[in-house]
Amino acid sequence: MKVRLNLYTRFERFWHWFQAFLIIFLLVTGFEVHGSCKIFGYANACSWHNLAGMTLLVLTAFAIFWHLTTGQWRHYRPSFENIQKIIAYYLVGIMRGEHHPFHKSEECKLNPLQALSYLFLKVVLMPLQLGSGLLYYYYNDWLNWGWAARLDGVAFLHTAMAFAVLLFLAVHIYMSTTGGTLFSYTQSMITGWEEVDNGIMNEEKSPIR
Amino acid sequence: MDVKGLNYSCTSCHVTKAHQISGRCYSQPAPNKHQLALPKDDGERLACESCHSRSPHKKAELLNHHTDKVACQTCHIPSYARGGVFTKMWWDWSTAGKFDETGKAIVKKDEYGNLLFHSKKGDMGWALDVEPEYGWYNGSMSYFRASDKIPQGIEKIEINSLKGDYEDPKARIFPFKIMRGKQPYDPENRTLVIPYLAGKKGTGAYWGEYDWQKAAAVGMREAGLPFSGKVDFIESDMYWPITHMVAPKEQALSCEACHSRNGRLANLDGFYLPGRDRWPWLDRLAWMALGLTLLGLLLHGGLRFISSGRKKGGQS
Ligand code: HEC
Ligand code: HEC
Ligand code: HEC
Ligand code: HEC
Repeated sequence: MKVRLNLYTRFERFWHWFQAFLIIFLLVTGFEVHGSCKIFGYANACSWHNLAGMTLLVLTAFAIFWHLTTGQWRHYRPSFENIQKIIAYYLVGIMRGEHHPFHKSEECKLNPLQALSYLFLKVVLMPLQLGSGLLYYYYNDWLNWGWAARLDGVAFLHTAMAFAVLLFLAVHIYMSTTGGTLFSYTQSMITGWEEVDNGIMNEEKSPIR
Repeated sequence: MDVKGLNYSCTSCHVTKAHQISGRCYSQPAPNKHQLALPKDDGERLACESCHSRSPHKKAELLNHHTDKVACQTCHIPSYARGGVFTKMWWDWSTAGKFDETGKAIVKKDEYGNLLFHSKKGDMGWALDVEPEYGWYNGSMSYFRASDKIPQGIEKIEINSLKGDYEDPKARIFPFKIMRGKQPYDPENRTLVIPYLAGKKGTGAYWGEYDWQKAAAVGMREAGLPFSGKVDFIESDMYWPITHMVAPKEQALSCEACHSRNGRLANLDGFYLPGRDRWPWLDRLAWMALGLTLLGLLLHGGLRFISSGRKKGGQS
């Protein structure tokens, strides 16, 4: 039966949308610096990219603090249980109008596939991307640090990870349309509230909490 | 210079001390040790940094990041021979010595009065407002000397060549005028020849008898160098560093002049330049992966759309 849950706290929603904006802006300006497009002009693209990158670093520091202090990090504990069921649902079940095999709750709001992909984003992609970006930013100080590396290694990593983030973003935006209606997931990321099937069949209690 | 502006004279920059005029050509090392590279600190050499320091840009910190690898002149002299005064770009000595039927010297000029051909000197080419060519340059050059052998199979020699590359901490990207032309050489000994140029008829001087063999024989004998008796011509390049004609700051190179696929630095290699360089296979692979992903998502979405329609139809 359906229940309405408040899944996303105010900070989480702020973090999500601010981060989304920064990441998209970083992709656009980054690909201009890379030479793939011409939008803001090279000088603006460079300095705004730096600014947005620094802002994302600060935001990420807050987010890490939030995850740790609120215990929200628990949602990202990896689990392979039922993962085949979920993949099968997205490949076939969703076409047949089946119900999602995973039932969200306040204790566990991400399905295992989601948790795994977000975990990958958070502990592999973003650290590599933010780290290489920070190194790139301080390129002119490398010699002062006694580090005689060349720019191309860092630039390669930063470009490759940018493409990976772009791929993630494409799939992520598509997946956001697989809720009850096309925009229901987006809506709950804005309001915080989500109507959730709790998997309990007999309807005795009131659906409204 | 620029009477309305700073009204600098030559000696504002070329300061003198005990008749030593500071500023020697072909000596432009990146001032490394000192932020302010005063002539006395830098072996009486003069540089833009002597007055401006290495971080002259107040608003754009990114520009200051360039000064270790890009010389001031590179950005601040977008072109030379500006302001309507032509500069000579080409001098081909091999065509000299031709006269008209009456035996008189041929002199051709273009509409601006630039000499295009003269029987004494050969062909010449001129240009205005020329984009410099760029090279890594640590302040030293090597020179092609009169005794140096021209390697076999080479069609062009560099009279002087630049020292330095990306790895060299003293080297920066510097702008050059490359003076091109054709020089007489000895095809047997494979050396350049030193012709005896100006003199009267009977002395062997080229401008007296218009005979390269004779002129070279006299010149090489005077220089004490071997000469086979044969003369041919070979193309030559000569690098001239550009330091004057700094343009108003609004005309300094834009980022895109260098940071683009076919920018001014397209020919310099050995280092990564954002916006110019990439890994074509990475870009191709990644855009392909993105395309396939989007295709897959489109397909998935399409199937979802169709099946939801069928479901609704079936239920009602
Ligand atoms: C804004 C400063 C500045 C002013 C003003 C200036 N110069 Fe220079 N000049 C330089 C610098 C810098 C160099 C390069 C020095 C070096 O290579 O060590 C140079 C080099 C030269 C050279 C050698 C060039 C070569 O390629 O062989 C000559 C000759 C010269 N200057 C003459 C002049 C004369 C004549 C004037 C006045 C009309 C003048 N300069 C005004 C800065 C200046
Ligand atoms: C003798 C000292 C001196 C030297 C050497 C010198 N400059 Fe300057 N330059 C100045 C001064 C003074 C100004 C005026 C600064 C101001 O108005 O704030 C100036 C102004 C400029 C400006 C700004 C012009 C504008 O449009 O406002 C540029 C660009 C510049 N210099 C580049 C160079 C470069 C490149 C060199 C080396 C070839 C060089 N300068 C060498 C003293 C010098
Ligand atoms: C990568 C290109 C680049 C290099 C290298 C570079 N400049 Fe500039 N410079 C610029 C541009 C572009 C401007 C105009 C920026 C602006 O208007 O804020 C400028 C502005 C200036 C100005 C005027 C500053 C002001 O705030 O009005 C001076 C002076 C100057 N440059 C001197 C130098 C000197 C000296 C060097 C070498 C140490 C140098 N520049 C190296 C691109 C460059
Ligand atoms: C004269 C050519 C030239 C111009 C003009 C130029 N650059 Fe560069 N730029 C270079 C070169 C060469 C390097 C590589 C330096 C290195 O590897 O040490 C570079 C490196 C960079 C880098 C990466 C290294 C770093 O310091 O972070 C950035 C970012 C950059 N430029 C931005 C700009 C911007 C923004 C502008 C315009 C305001 C600009 N460049 C104008 C030649 C240029």
